[in-house]
Amino acid sequence: MQDTLAHLKKGETAVITDVSSREIPLKLLEMGCLPGNTVELLQVAPLADPIYLNINGSHLAIRKETAALILIEKTAK
Amino acid sequence: MSKQINVALIGNPNTGKTSVFNALTGLNQKVGNYPGITVDKKEGICKLPRGLKAHILDLPGTYSLNASSLDESVVIELLLNKNDKDFPDVAVVVTDVENLKRNLLLYTQIKDLEIPTLLVINMADRMVKKGISLNIKHLEAQLHTKIAVISTRKNEGINELKELITNYGVLNTTPCLNISTIDDAYFSNLKKAFPNQLLYKLWLVITQDVNFGKIQRKDFNDINDFKTKSTADLKRLQQKETIKRYQFINAVLKDGLKIDLTAATDLRIKLDRILTHKVWGYLIFFVILFLMFQAVYDWAGPPTDFIDESFAALADWVKNTLPPGVFTNLLAEGIIAGIGGVMVFIPPIAFLFLFIALLEESGYMSRVVFLMDNIMKRFGLSGKSVVPLISGNACAVPAVMAARNIENWKERLITILVTPFTTCSARLPVYVIIIALVIPEGTFLGMSYKALTLMSLYIIGFLTAIVSAYALNKVLKIKSKSYFVMEMPSYKIPLFKNVALSVYEKTRTFILEAGKIILAISIVLWVLASYGPGDNFNNAETIVKTENPTLSETELDDKIAAHKLEYSYIGIVGRAIEPAIRPLGYDWKIGIGLVTSFAAREVFVGTLATIYSVGSANDNEDEDTIKNKMAAETYSNGTKVFTLASGISLLLFYAFAMQCMSTLAIVKRETNSWKWPMLQLVFMSGLAYVTALIAFQFLK
Repeated sequence: MQDTLAHLKKGETAVITDVSSREIPLKLLEMGCLPGNTVELLQVAPLADPIYLNINGSHLAIRKETAALILIEKTAK
Repeated sequence: MSKQINVALIGNPNTGKTSVFNALTGLNQKVGNYPGITVDKKEGICKLPRGLKAHILDLPGTYSLNASSLDESVVIELLLNKNDKDFPDVAVVVTDVENLKRNLLLYTQIKDLEIPTLLVINMADRMVKKGISLNIKHLEAQLHTKIAVISTRKNEGINELKELITNYGVLNTTPCLNISTIDDAYFSNLKKAFPNQLLYKLWLVITQDVNFGKIQRKDFNDINDFKTKSTADLKRLQQKETIKRYQFINAVLKDGLKIDLTAATDLRIKLDRILTHKVWGYLIFFVILFLMFQAVYDWAGPPTDFIDESFAALADWVKNTLPPGVFTNLLAEGIIAGIGGVMVFIPPIAFLFLFIALLEESGYMSRVVFLMDNIMKRFGLSGKSVVPLISGNACAVPAVMAARNIENWKERLITILVTPFTTCSARLPVYVIIIALVIPEGTFLGMSYKALTLMSLYIIGFLTAIVSAYALNKVLKIKSKSYFVMEMPSYKIPLFKNVALSVYEKTRTFILEAGKIILAISIVLWVLASYGPGDNFNNAETIVKTENPTLSETELDDKIAAHKLEYSYIGIVGRAIEPAIRPLGYDWKIGIGLVTSFAAREVFVGTLATIYSVGSANDNEDEDTIKNKMAAETYSNGTKVFTLASGISLLLFYAFAMQCMSTLAIVKRETNSWKWPMLQLVFMSGLAYVTALIAFQFLK
């Protein structure tokens, strides 16, 4: 099964591979969540949601339900 | 006559756009509303070199021209409507040097509308710290514009920006992206159908849910040889467009922007580790909330009292100085008291907005939302609802205004609707006197019954707010995108000028907008309490004197005042509603208290004081006297009016009822409709009636 952004753990980085799901808000893409960009998980809020990401230099928080739509490939440490 | 040019300031949130606006306009600014919606419209005048003047419009912060909120629609509607009187001669796009790549996306969109566009790169003071260097010549050539590198914090580059605005004539309108490249066939069809229109503009009309001047969405469906695409296809094209725009930006920045990461230090990561920590994060948040509560509740006390007393003194002075008569009474008891009733809100509102401005400007507010979002979303609220719900414990009026920070309309509306359930400070005087009257002495776990009752009332208020939010979330059918994307901006020390202007503007708006309504209702209430039909009212003095020939002058005055109130229009109302409130355990005198405290809850105590003849005419007024009189009050059959049952009933009534015209006025303003405040009035008062009824019947 392909990894999604929801699988990322705190401190891990990944490369975004696919954002073609229709459910992903355009706003998120416009803020830099595009294929090929690197993403790092900075913080997870208490109770595991939302998550706080650094996508290509943009610092964003999104809910897990949205993160689960974004396909990624984890970067080896 | 000097020529005036229209300038629109556009930019992503958190780029310091408002600081640029403040730097350009200073105090020459005003905040209004866009017609029909509650989005704030900020505009101002800026003097430019060579006698030119600019009208500056600070458009709401937006990430792109693909609008996802009401605020953002304002931007696109203006930019697509050449006939709008505010249509810009020049657009100034404000960007943050640290987020230049993302900020440029909006720039490329504006540029493609072929509006002369200037680029401002703000926060230049942070470049060294972040290891950033820019090749301005290269960027200007590639982006087809002029660039002003400024720092509003250090006040640098503002004059250069003014100079560039003055010379806006030299700007060309070369677009950044040829929109046709995302789907050649589709766009050449479009071109054939509308040969005279800009393709990107057409594209925005097709993809956005707004109507723009002459081109309507339906026009597209009328044309036979033009196939409209499905929403899924359109969305795919929008994604493609975004990717293309970023390709363009990346190419431009490759040689235009250098970041030396070794020179960069990131305070944000370190602070976030503490401020969003699962223990420290909440702890720090609660300390800040406590301070805020303390400020609005306590620190605002002395200035509020001062304003209150000053207006009371002014009213007295007017009464004693002007010749007695209807006009003097109206001025003193209606108008001055009414204005005073508005003015006393200034200190708590100013304190609350001061805190909120500081939290927003520093970037901390986003962290609170991050911490609270998960808990609040279960109740149909947003992480941002926390601030209004806590502020509501001081006063619902600024709390309802604080809900503006919530972008999602449904979550914001629910927050506005439930906030008045929280225990505002105006309920406190009522609670205190009734608790003193009916709750017995004794302790439970070291806490007196009286203190426990008071605490329970606070808890009941908060819980009712949360539960109502849950119910409203299920009931309200409002289409509103539920996704949550929030930028976590870098931390900044708040700029004094921005904070001061924000506090000033918001306070002023409240005083002017809500003030008008409060003043009007105060005058109406005064008239109803000061006039009455028939002999009983008009000959009150004679009647009371005949009945009580032995009383001293002060006592006589009290009796006359009480008698007049009883037979005034408002007294008649009180007695008329007696059958309805009898099952709750109230007599007509409490009924009058309920009616007058529709204006504001705290009026209840004062009204009862007048009714029980210990009020206005008595200089030695103190709570004990009122309390003793109330305790001694009996029905004609000798049973007491204030018992545990009627007391609890009254407490619950005040906990739930919507008795604050200031709140109703502000909800009307914030939702731009009478529908929501009326719903609040009916629902809250209905709930109050039912719970008070159950409590009294059960405890009786």
